[in-house]
Amino acid sequence: MISPNLSAICYLISGILFILALRGLSSPDTSRQGNYFGMSGMLIAIIVTFLSIGSLSTSLIYVLVLLLLGGTIGAFIAFKIPMTAMPELVAGFHSLVGLAAVFVAIAAFLNPEVFNLGFSGKIKLASLIEMSIGAAVGAITFSGSIIAFLKLRGIMSGAPITFLGQHYINLLLGLGIFILIFYLCKTQSANIFWLVIAISFLIGILLIIPIGGADMPVVISMLNSYSGWAAAGIGFTLENTALIITGALVGSSGAILSYIMCKAMNRSFFSVILGGFGADSSSADLKVQKDKKPVKNGNAEDAAFLMKNASSVIIVPGYGMAVAQAQHALREMVDKLKKNDIKISYAIHPVAGRMPGHMNVLLAEANVPYDEVFELEDINNDFANADVAFVIGANDVTNPIAKTDPKSPIFGMPVLDVEKCKSVLFVKRSLSPGYAGVDNELFYRDNTLMLFADAKKMTEDIVKNLD
Amino acid sequence: MEIDPFIFRLSIFILSIFVGYYVVWSVTPSLHTPLMSVTNAISSVIIVGAIIAALAGSSKEIFSSSSIFGYIAIVLAAVNIFGGFLVTQRMLQMYKKKKDKQK
Repeated sequence: MISPNLSAICYLISGILFILALRGLSSPDTSRQGNYFGMSGMLIAIIVTFLSIGSLSTSLIYVLVLLLLGGTIGAFIAFKIPMTAMPELVAGFHSLVGLAAVFVAIAAFLNPEVFNLGFSGKIKLASLIEMSIGAAVGAITFSGSIIAFLKLRGIMSGAPITFLGQHYINLLLGLGIFILIFYLCKTQSANIFWLVIAISFLIGILLIIPIGGADMPVVISMLNSYSGWAAAGIGFTLENTALIITGALVGSSGAILSYIMCKAMNRSFFSVILGGFGADSSSADLKVQKDKKPVKNGNAEDAAFLMKNASSVIIVPGYGMAVAQAQHALREMVDKLKKNDIKISYAIHPVAGRMPGHMNVLLAEANVPYDEVFELEDINNDFANADVAFVIGANDVTNPIAKTDPKSPIFGMPVLDVEKCKSVLFVKRSLSPGYAGVDNELFYRDNTLMLFADAKKMTEDIVKNLD
Repeated sequence: MEIDPFIFRLSIFILSIFVGYYVVWSVTPSLHTPLMSVTNAISSVIIVGAIIAALAGSSKEIFSSSSIFGYIAIVLAAVNIFGGFLVTQRMLQMYKKKKDKQK
């Protein structure tokens, strides 16, 4: 058994290692090392916990077996999961953190002696507040992430579910939690504790169902943040520095990512939370039919010809590319173009994908070197000098209407200045509007050539025509 | 009057939020997905609470009501720890520079 002071210092060290793990992600070169820092931080925390518990009995074997069991499942998932499914995976993992927080809080409530929090029925006031907040946030994270998971997986429709008075009910339930925690402190009643958890599960569900599929990047980031705050709440209860530091790190990380995502869609955080976005696709259909403008329709041969004669091509991938699994065909196309000394770069909009940075991972998986991939603000000036923009699976993020029409729902959203290119190749299955339900003016421009086909099929055809 | 230890923990918490704020802003946007999976993995350090809860049963009985919650929480957190770190590792391995590729 090691002294509480020594173990506290060890927890501090693992907290610092976690900070270094995040710090490593400032560049791909240092990121792998950062991940090892994270792993060692975790290892230290676990070992210290074992050492700080004096008498280890037969239950140690159960603990180790369960640790191994969970570890095996986790490792199996990590190696099997396709990169397109990363958003679901992360949502699923968030739900596990949330549920673990709930369970630890319950264990602490049932057996406070072990955690030095007082005695059953006479738990220290501060600890009681901390554990009920930890449990409540954990429960919201759990059920909210489950809904997000179901929506991302397509098991549940991505359409927002709204009903009358929804926000008032949420508000009421939220207030109810605070009142119940207040009574819990007075009575120490287990029933109230269970009620707090049950209502929090309900809030998690109600909070996420009105949010539409297009806003999922914000939702995942937000749940990421919640899982951090839940961990911090438990950290206060257990008086554990590693947990407090980690909770704060994860909480602020998720909050920043939510902010970045909201900004990239020009949506306020509150309007995302309140939900309902992307529901009125029927009105969008009308808008499309209203003015049938002519479009230039091209085929793979035209596209290959245009690109072969270009000196620089910018590729604008979107989630549609990933859905069609076109990234590998795309890479093949790019390799052929490079052989003809054509300069290639990729332009990525912050919300091109289902979660922050998703498109970068998908391109990395297809062996696209990361120094050819540029963020919106780094490449937007280059469109004017490029010969061809190859838009594949993206739509709303290229729509010039966001810059010109204040009435448009996407007005003010930062977009890629694709229209400034000499010619634009737009791979798309039909003229249907994107998630935001807005018609894309770019389709009808003179310098746009529409390539109506499945992204993968079209790219493969272009590859053939490049020979 | 002595300072309540809670205040010290609160100080650590608030300072960590600031550290988190600056560290996360310096993360390159192309690594935001690995950032999420790694934050997910590290937040599973909650497993320390689960281990304490699970091993607490040893003095009386191995399966008390609270230790069972501890055992389940261990499995949940372990899935996350291994899954989170390994999937992050898998993603980071994919990020390559132009030069690496031409070998």
